[in-house]
Amino acid sequence: MTSDILIMQAFNGLSQFTILVLMALGLSIAYGLMGVINMAHGELMAMGAYATYVTATIFENYFPGAFDQYIFFGIILAFIVTFVFGLLLEKTLIQALYKRPLDTLLATWGVSLFTQQLFRQIFGPKELSVPTVSWLNGAMNFGGDINLPINRIFIVSLAICVTFGVYLILFKTRWGLRIRAVTQNRAMADAAGIDSSRVDAFTFAFSCGLAGIAGSAFTMLASTSPVAGQQYLVDSFIVVVFGGVESLFGTVASSFLISQEQAIFEFLMSGSMAKALMLGIVITVLYFRPSGLFSTKVRH
Amino acid sequence: MAKFSRRSFLKTSVALGAASTTTNAMFLSNALAADTVKVGVLHSLTGTIAIAEAAVIDGEKLAIEEINASGGVLGKKIEAIIEDGASDNPTFAEKAKKLLDQDKVAAIFGCYTSASRKAVLPIVEKSKGLLYYPTYYEGLEQSPNILYTAQEATQSVIPSVNWLAANKGKSFYLIGSDYIWPRTTNKIAKPTIAKAGGTVVGEDYFPLGHIDFGSVINKIKASKPAVILSTIVGGSNVAFYKQLKASGIDMKNITVLALAVSEEEVSGIGAESIEGVLTCMGYFQSLPEPANQKFVKAFKAKYGANRVTGDTISSAYTAVYLWKLAVEKAKSFDPDKVIAASANLEFDGPEGKVHFHASNHHLWKHCRIGQFLANGQVKILFDSGLIEPNPFPKI
Repeated sequence: MTSDILIMQAFNGLSQFTILVLMALGLSIAYGLMGVINMAHGELMAMGAYATYVTATIFENYFPGAFDQYIFFGIILAFIVTFVFGLLLEKTLIQALYKRPLDTLLATWGVSLFTQQLFRQIFGPKELSVPTVSWLNGAMNFGGDINLPINRIFIVSLAICVTFGVYLILFKTRWGLRIRAVTQNRAMADAAGIDSSRVDAFTFAFSCGLAGIAGSAFTMLASTSPVAGQQYLVDSFIVVVFGGVESLFGTVASSFLISQEQAIFEFLMSGSMAKALMLGIVITVLYFRPSGLFSTKVRH
Repeated sequence: MAKFSRRSFLKTSVALGAASTTTNAMFLSNALAADTVKVGVLHSLTGTIAIAEAAVIDGEKLAIEEINASGGVLGKKIEAIIEDGASDNPTFAEKAKKLLDQDKVAAIFGCYTSASRKAVLPIVEKSKGLLYYPTYYEGLEQSPNILYTAQEATQSVIPSVNWLAANKGKSFYLIGSDYIWPRTTNKIAKPTIAKAGGTVVGEDYFPLGHIDFGSVINKIKASKPAVILSTIVGGSNVAFYKQLKASGIDMKNITVLALAVSEEEVSGIGAESIEGVLTCMGYFQSLPEPANQKFVKAFKAKYGANRVTGDTISSAYTAVYLWKLAVEKAKSFDPDKVIAASANLEFDGPEGKVHFHASNHHLWKHCRIGQFLANGQVKILFDSGLIEPNPFPKI
């Protein structure tokens, strides 16, 4: 294994990390704040992907000149659509189920099946390919044999920006302060005059919006189908549990670890074995640290 | 209690009279029903496999419609009973049982994945029914009650490997989805590669539905094969070709041959991502034979100009005609007699002349290699001629 390959493989791990972290952050925020296990998170990702597809189709037909820029509008639209959907979902369904994790599990699973069928009705059961804009095609050469795909560089940058944005929102804004206050102690936050139900609604919608962005990025790598989100949902849950639910840093770190692990094993053995070994490690770690790698110590 | 008036008496008797007329009408339609023969069509219309499988029905329905328009089989019109296997193997078994025991169908055209066929197999064998199976598969099976109308593994992989080794290069990278068909195919591929003087520089399997091929693409960069032989199926293909194209690998020096991508899947992958990739099938829409031109025209007329045909659709269409010919040869709808009459039976269909093997229930088929063009159609590069089916190869 030459050093070129090593670099490319490390980058590959990094790019696997990106979509995973976008998905897992949303899940983790929703669970940490509201105790909602959102089984429909995968479908929100698919919704983001379809929103990107619709944007691409609109640009192709009405603004062919600006087609190369559609992806930015696609990402924004994906965020808006999933954000609004999340807000509606929270107001109509989730609100009634706070702190009843098992019920939210079932209810959101129902939502997941419902949205899958909705996608089938609207877009058909077949996979759709979202055309990649020309400047994202191909690879960039970094000297020697190091070629890194441009679309993955784009996704990595996008994920870094979004993660940083999430950090800013949570730790540098009034909204973030309120979210953190409600997460830590809902009763006290209420007493201090924070409208916790508004905070809940906004936060849940925001976590859905993150899944939408993940879906938009996803279209650059693979095809969009009604069940596209399922693949990532399981992995994202593993990441959240592995990192310790309720810890955002844990989520970021564990998605980084898991994707690098996966990339290394995939290089050394066949893909199926790599996945099995990765799951084996996760199980072993959770056996010794049941609340995850980076769990914050809390008294219950 | 209502009074019994003369008027209501009249009404009742009129109603009774009407009822007796309906009974007569029903009796008549039953008598007419004897002029039809029932066949079962059993595929997934819903669920994950429906993406690929739902279109197969269109091939079967088209053949049935054409046969009915030209007078039916032994003077009887074919009545298709369509059942949904729902991408679920126990459902396939249940529906097959219903078709055979309750509807008493003369034959079933059905199944797509090997797993669904394996679920249906004991049921057709027990009821002494007849199943026509239209998908290319791994071989290693020969049920007395199943007729196989697509390629088994040796009919596609052996000629492909030999052609690649002779024309494109001798170092092979094998990549596939992780289940029985890709693994069996590669089990046959490996000794064939060795016999042709080639080497296998890598072999990789990924779970069905896997979507990140970055690592394997790096492995390909490191091992520099001349040929990538892909047995990836379904949605994973989209991710694989998109990422391969973006990877910066110079594809001029690497040939990719896909054993499980037909024209139909191209719309999902995106023609721009798969342009230049080779594919091996028994049938392509672009075959110039007049019989195929006619078939494609009829298919598009029935289902829409933007639809494409493909290998499985053609095999399913062929299956219905082979059944018709066998029934006419046997002068009976009895499955045993139809199966016996099928030996060596020939049909000149969309893929050219094909005929059943004398004993092993599989078809002598062509192996064709083609290259995907920018419009998603295939330019044919190689045609092996008819190849004898050999479902139990010695390797």
